Amino acid sequence: MKYSIFSLARAALSGHKNWKPTWRDAAPKDRYDVIIIGGGGHGLATAWFLASEFGIRNVAVLEKGWIGSGNAGRNTTIIRSNYGLPGNTGFYELSMKLWEKMEQDLNYNAMVSQRGVLNLYHSDAQRDAFARRGNTMRINGIDAELLDQAALRKMLPFLNFDHARFPVQGGLLQRRGGTARHDAVVWGYAHAASELGVDIIQNCEVTGFTRDANGTVTGVETSRGKIGAGKVGMAVAGSSSRVAAMAGLRLPIESHVLQAFVSEAIKPLIPGVMTFGAGHFYVSQSDKGGLVFGGDIDGYNSYAQRGNLPVMEDVCEGGMALIPMIGRVRLLRQWGGIMDMSMDGSPIIDKSPVDGLYINAGWCYGGFKATPGSGFVFAHLLARDESHKEAALFRLDRFQRGAMIDEKGQGAQPNLH
Amino acid sequence: MRIVCPFCGERELGEFTYLGDAKPQRPAADAGEEAVYDYVYLRDNIAGVMNEHWYHGAGCRAWLKVTRNTLTHEISAVEPAAGAGAAKVGA
Amino acid sequence: MRGDQANRLNNGGLIDRSAPLNFRFDGKTFFGFKGDTLASALVANGVKLVGRSFKYHRPRGILTAGSEEPNALVELRSGARREPNTRATTAELYDGLDAASQNRWPSLNFDIMSVNQLFAPIFVAGFYYKTFMWPAKFWEAIYEPAIRRAAGLGRAAQVPDPDHYDKAWAHCDVVIAGSGPAGLAAALAAGRSGARVILCEEDFVPGGRLLADGGTIDGLPAAEWVARTLAELATMPDVRIMTRTTLFGVYDGGTYGAIERVNDHLPVPPEHQVRQRLWRIVAKRSIVAAGSIERPIVFAGNDTPGVMMASAMRSYINRYAATPARRIALFTNNEDGWRTVETAIAAGLQVAAVIDARPDVSPAHRSLASKGGFPVLHGSVAGVDGGKTGVRKISVSLAGGARAEVEADGLAVSGGWNPTVGLTSYHRGRPKWSDDIAAFVPDGAPPGMVAAGAANGAFGLGACLREGFEAGTAAARDAGRTGSTGSMPVADDAAFSLTPLWHVAGKGKAFVDQQHDVTASDVELAQREGFESVEHLKRYTTLGMATDQGKTSNVAGLAIMAAVTGKSIPETGTTIYRPPYVPVAIGAFAGHHRDQNFHATRLTPSHHWAAEQGAIFVDTGLWKRAQWYPRAGEKDWLESVTREVKAVRSGVGFCDVSTLGKIDVHGADAGAFLDRVYINAFSSLAVRKARYGLMLREDGLVYDDGTTSRLAEDHYFLTTTTAKAGLVMQHLEFCRQVLFPGLDVQLTSVSDQWAQFSIAGPKTRDLLKEIVDPAEDLSNEGFPFMGAREVKLRGGLTARLFRISFSGEMAFEISVPARYGEAMARNLMIAGKPFGVTPYGTEALGVMRIEKGHVAGPELNGTTTAADLGLGKMMSTKKDFIGRVMAGREALVAPNRQVVVGIKPTDKARRLRSGAHVIPKGEVPGPDNDQGYVTSVCFSPVLDQWIGLGLVERGRERIGEIVRAHDPLRGEDYDVELCNPVFYDPDGGLQRG
Repeated sequence: MKYSIFSLARAALSGHKNWKPTWRDAAPKDRYDVIIIGGGGHGLATAWFLASEFGIRNVAVLEKGWIGSGNAGRNTTIIRSNYGLPGNTGFYELSMKLWEKMEQDLNYNAMVSQRGVLNLYHSDAQRDAFARRGNTMRINGIDAELLDQAALRKMLPFLNFDHARFPVQGGLLQRRGGTARHDAVVWGYAHAASELGVDIIQNCEVTGFTRDANGTVTGVETSRGKIGAGKVGMAVAGSSSRVAAMAGLRLPIESHVLQAFVSEAIKPLIPGVMTFGAGHFYVSQSDKGGLVFGGDIDGYNSYAQRGNLPVMEDVCEGGMALIPMIGRVRLLRQWGGIMDMSMDGSPIIDKSPVDGLYINAGWCYGGFKATPGSGFVFAHLLARDESHKEAALFRLDRFQRGAMIDEKGQGAQPNLH
Repeated sequence: MRIVCPFCGERELGEFTYLGDAKPQRPAADAGEEAVYDYVYLRDNIAGVMNEHWYHGAGCRAWLKVTRNTLTHEISAVEPAAGAGAAKVGA
Repeated sequence: MRGDQANRLNNGGLIDRSAPLNFRFDGKTFFGFKGDTLASALVANGVKLVGRSFKYHRPRGILTAGSEEPNALVELRSGARREPNTRATTAELYDGLDAASQNRWPSLNFDIMSVNQLFAPIFVAGFYYKTFMWPAKFWEAIYEPAIRRAAGLGRAAQVPDPDHYDKAWAHCDVVIAGSGPAGLAAALAAGRSGARVILCEEDFVPGGRLLADGGTIDGLPAAEWVARTLAELATMPDVRIMTRTTLFGVYDGGTYGAIERVNDHLPVPPEHQVRQRLWRIVAKRSIVAAGSIERPIVFAGNDTPGVMMASAMRSYINRYAATPARRIALFTNNEDGWRTVETAIAAGLQVAAVIDARPDVSPAHRSLASKGGFPVLHGSVAGVDGGKTGVRKISVSLAGGARAEVEADGLAVSGGWNPTVGLTSYHRGRPKWSDDIAAFVPDGAPPGMVAAGAANGAFGLGACLREGFEAGTAAARDAGRTGSTGSMPVADDAAFSLTPLWHVAGKGKAFVDQQHDVTASDVELAQREGFESVEHLKRYTTLGMATDQGKTSNVAGLAIMAAVTGKSIPETGTTIYRPPYVPVAIGAFAGHHRDQNFHATRLTPSHHWAAEQGAIFVDTGLWKRAQWYPRAGEKDWLESVTREVKAVRSGVGFCDVSTLGKIDVHGADAGAFLDRVYINAFSSLAVRKARYGLMLREDGLVYDDGTTSRLAEDHYFLTTTTAKAGLVMQHLEFCRQVLFPGLDVQLTSVSDQWAQFSIAGPKTRDLLKEIVDPAEDLSNEGFPFMGAREVKLRGGLTARLFRISFSGEMAFEISVPARYGEAMARNLMIAGKPFGVTPYGTEALGVMRIEKGHVAGPELNGTTTAADLGLGKMMSTKKDFIGRVMAGREALVAPNRQVVVGIKPTDKARRLRSGAHVIPKGEVPGPDNDQGYVTSVCFSPVLDQWIGLGLVERGRERIGEIVRAHDPLRGEDYDVELCNPVFYDPDGGLQRG
């Protein structure tokens, strides 16, 4: 069913009675060429790219709850490709380019909005680090601008320039960065993948792997029975360790809670995405009008999907320090997601040591922006059995080799990434 | 969250710093690269009750072993690390 | 002085008629009374239209009388204090209150955007996902800006919030949410038991529904019982009743969040007072006595101004003596709704009809109807005729299929009651369905919490008192308080009967979520499109995501979804409940942590002296450090810094370096301990000697560096970088307590105990002689390079003196107890005057360290190895140390790593900038030839040109090579030479001399 203003207008005439489900709610078949565990953005994008780019359409996406119920549905919707290290820079730009054509590809409006992502700096050292990163971006063909305070005063006069403990001195701007409507990304991929024949199977929890005499994974055991598969890919960030453990694997990952917050809807106040460089706070304003903001992870291992007050206070302190006009705007909702915090802050997309099982994990708090890129390179890996060149450094064995991709330079301490 | 420090009593989360799973033991000097890799990088990442290292940095600076459920955040036991507390003078 | 207030009753209510208050709504002046909310005052003045809806801009009135209000949202106050989306139903009236309706233009009465209603057939749930995709560029340029302008509700102030907020802690045995019958009974029982009790009430008057619904308790009218109970509680010193305070969340370890609206009932907080206070309440037990919320029935036109919850109508009439209508009709599916009819009759209002969805009503109500002369229509409301001026006519479909019409100017609706299950569900608990009351009730709760009374699904007054009292007794017991609880308050339980009715099918828009304009047909459409899961329903239609968090809409929405899917309501389930219970000002969570008080400020011991000198300060973490000391006539920072460097290199200067982390390491095994945490050996260090040390993380990358001195056989003095002072202490304590508990070693942080100054330059010894006791031998033999020991100063003070040099000059660092720091700075100035002593700041410090090729923060960036920094030879092969094994991994010892090298522009006049990348000559910059970058730069007075350090692929093998410094961000690209990183005195003769 093609979506457009014309189909909408036609549907209106019949009282919208003729719309079909956005995706088919499929029942599991006995066997698929590829099974993707996890019906989040990454899993559904992988399925869509397998079907649309790599010609593999006998694909199932298994979701233990409802699609998008994990981190795809609880993030702060930011998209950007402003990374500084080889491995990340090219990959996130691949992802950004896919964002830029996603809606037309999927025939679904995911409200991809390139209103800009601005990282603020507050010291010379921070400016220098941003300059290094911004130059990396430019050398990789990615847009980046280094703005000084005067430029920011014009652009964002409401920032605390004059009474701040750590005054804003400037910022690194990526104009092509922005936000996308997170749920719509999930539904758009589900819609388009389903149209190409992918089975999306909700309420189907994977409880184990079936393996042959050589140990090769031959399928999965689920709450809805055994399902055979040529290959199994897991895209279950937040639960990667738990799923990998079913195959006897231990991963360089810890699960941590990241909180996010949204305010009441207000008329347009903040134009793009901005990050505070002297505290833990980043913010954008949704099309509906709510300020969507967050900060640091709570810092302790957790699967509870909820956080505690100290971080909530810390985030709001950052918000008030940077934008003191938001004091009377009310925080409406608080939620927590489980982050796959990897040991260097960068993701893992690789074959696992178990034949037939492929891993897409370790997204830390950066998974949303990676959605299309992750789907594309994971589909490439599943289809061709080799890493896409932009994901070639996201190998699982990089920690054994010492080839970490550590943007923050914090080492093997996941809660500091 | 509130942690009952064996030296200071019950204190608020903000006084403590988290390190992680207390189970991995630092391998002996001759254990080899694979053992150290395992110690530094691999995690059980338990969904359930876990022994963890926490540091009471805003209090007595003791490292603590905290038994905590990662699904509920419930803390069931706290004990000092082996070398926390009194000096081992002459030990 | 009391205005018209045409809809105000002459008697009754909890308002103070002797205290009239004037207020403005949309520029028009009205009067109300002390005790009013803005909503009740608007009701008293006959104002029915108070807002416009989110999407269709439909006219909206007041639906409720509490914090669940979806419609009556206003911009309260003006200017910097403008508060968008403020519920008129909870805004306490004060003299001069100024409120404006929102989301309308040009006026509430004539709102251009109500044209959206014409497009309503297209603006269904999720319509925007299906269009606005072509052409792609139009989204940011055209569609989205229009959508953004149309969306949102009120306007936030665009200037800093002028008010202050406070944060506080409270500790108690029992915290209670709600002061209705259950909450007061709970407080009574717990208080009498001797428990420390905090009772939070979001209203400004305690009593809950008793304020509107009355009743008889212990044989007394409810108001008298409330007064008596409050009086008794007031005698208990450990019972604290906090009105205007909402318990909004529950966190781990019995921590609760509450927001106290300290001064929102005044135009402006009194001087030195806060607007609001965030409470972190730590309680052993908690009792949720937050009551329940009456729920609407969804029918066509149910958003017409004048349609109001039945209980809200009682609140306005009984509590505020304000009549929402003159002639009312009631639409109910339960017994409780009839109380509104009783109230209306008692207030002298006309009752047009009761539309009761149940097949039978009680004999008592039937006789009430016949006495009152109004019909009881068995059926349901099929539509409402009316508009922005309010309800005019109500059409009813009768049980038999016939139609009826009722003329009325107000319609009270009661669809039953939903217990307030938020707090009990915030730890991701799910409530369970109770068929008895056709509502969700708590099913378990976070540790230590119970629900009581209506919040627990017990709607009778007697039951509320009983459950509250029992919960209070049990909570106090659990907290170890066992005093006598005395007698339990008693009251009768009115029977509660209800026939569930969620949605009346009919023509016209029937709203489920009034604030977000989600209709019953939107729910049906969502189901049709596969958004059946309640979470999908919520996200697709935005049901329950408005500022009221769906308090009046969620259950109805999922009931309609259940009906269209043929599932039961409990099978359909609820969405996850998320705190806070009511929206809380961001400012309150921040408290005083804003502006200059965002974070603490640490001052060095010589700060005040430096400020007197006119120093410019720089933030280094929390520290303020003197960055340079400008002198009259100097045109910019560079001139000052250059002067300071030259003064040091030619004479003597000093710099406060107290911000370095300092740790005393004591014990017989102190040396052995340091051997394990540093890559180089310290057990072999001679007493009275210092050594530069490098620490790795366990993953083999560099963590920190500093000099550590051996002051005695069993005593070392370790220094860290400023940035890592606290972290290194934590790391060393981990090593000591967890990794190596058998070692006899103790660590003491002495960072704040010692003021430390670097004194550098060829005349350093001359200056020091003026400071140090003449008996101390400062000669090269008596105090050689890297010597370290305690010395007596003139006057007898003991100091620690270290002959270490960061600048490359003949230099010492001297430590004195921090309280002498300022005096030391002053004395250095006095004693140094003959030698032209010059204080220097962190910029000059940085220049001299770059000239010397010393690495610092930009090079110790957490991704470099010791070898990358040119310090690989320091790694001992004779001992184990933290990070030794992992440092040997293949990629960390690869030959093509980026390593520290010196960099200088080939054009001596060129300015070098940090962050420029290194690209081989003659190549087009790209990811494959991006070989590193400039980490640190300075203008070198010695070389009279800009120089820098960089991390460059195989840099040390390429000394002398000309490469490009590529800096597209700043539009620069120029040739630089890779060179030895030690630009100044490469053989180190000066510092040893």
